[in-house]
Amino acid sequence: MEPSDSELVRRAQAGELDAFEVLAARYERRVYSLALRILRQEQDAEDVTQQTFLSAVENLDGFRGQASFATWLFRIATHAALKVIRKRKGLKTVSLEAATEGTDPGSSIPHPEFIADWRQSPEQLVQSREIQRLLDGALARLDEKHRLVFLLRDVEGLSVKETAEALGLTEANTKVRLLRARLQLREQLTRALGDPDTRLTRDHDHVH
Amino acid sequence: MKCEELLAMLNEYVDGTVDPALCKEFEQHMAGCNPCQVVVDNVRKTITLYKAGRPYELPAPFRERLHETLRKRWRETRGGAANRQ
Ligand SMILES: [Zn+2]
Repeated sequence: MEPSDSELVRRAQAGELDAFEVLAARYERRVYSLALRILRQEQDAEDVTQQTFLSAVENLDGFRGQASFATWLFRIATHAALKVIRKRKGLKTVSLEAATEGTDPGSSIPHPEFIADWRQSPEQLVQSREIQRLLDGALARLDEKHRLVFLLRDVEGLSVKETAEALGLTEANTKVRLLRARLQLREQLTRALGDPDTRLTRDHDHVH
Repeated sequence: MKCEELLAMLNEYVDGTVDPALCKEFEQHMAGCNPCQVVVDNVRKTITLYKAGRPYELPAPFRERLHETLRKRWRETRGGAANRQ
């Protein structure tokens, strides 16, 4: 049986390089993918991945298992990615919050427009080669601030609280961004995957 | 409950953290409102699909470089701990 993360962390903390390398091999793809989906640039994603694991080597003793090892890594990777974003924007002295804040025009929720049943189930869709391109394309069209929240919460499985902490946001703000991200992705995916014959309109909003 | 109110609670409903009393209202609305029902279903499937997506592979040369760098840094910073074993 594969040793658990916490077992490997314990052994790495005791000085076993092999244990650390197993952990790195276990998570390097997810860290790299997270960085690549945030930054959309391979070289930057490689830099962030390397920084993340180097930082893990150096700070391993400080990891106390309050969060999972994966969450700890994703948090380090997110900080490194946000630094790249800040640098790109030439904002060296602003907070992380401001670096991803942008302007938030109004706080209304986007209205679902294309409403239809999907032609296939997620289980069937996931088998298809084109689907990953569709998913990444839809994600790339989101604003950075929405994309970051969605990636951490829904792709990597952090809690809302952990996502908020990693991004330096309030939980309330994180929830609003998550809702927008989910609705925008729903819209895009349903336009591509929805069955037009089942399309519904909301014009005749029901009165209850 | 109106459609807009339902949308505002969508996260909590989909994540299963909605207050039970509101959950009932939410489900009552869905039972009588086909568009909201489909939107909720679409959102669930959207999340499922993204969660199931596969991560990218590291470019092989980068992977090699990464592990080499990690081993080097490990020996520089943590070599002492290993030697004590
Ligand atoms: Zn409705």
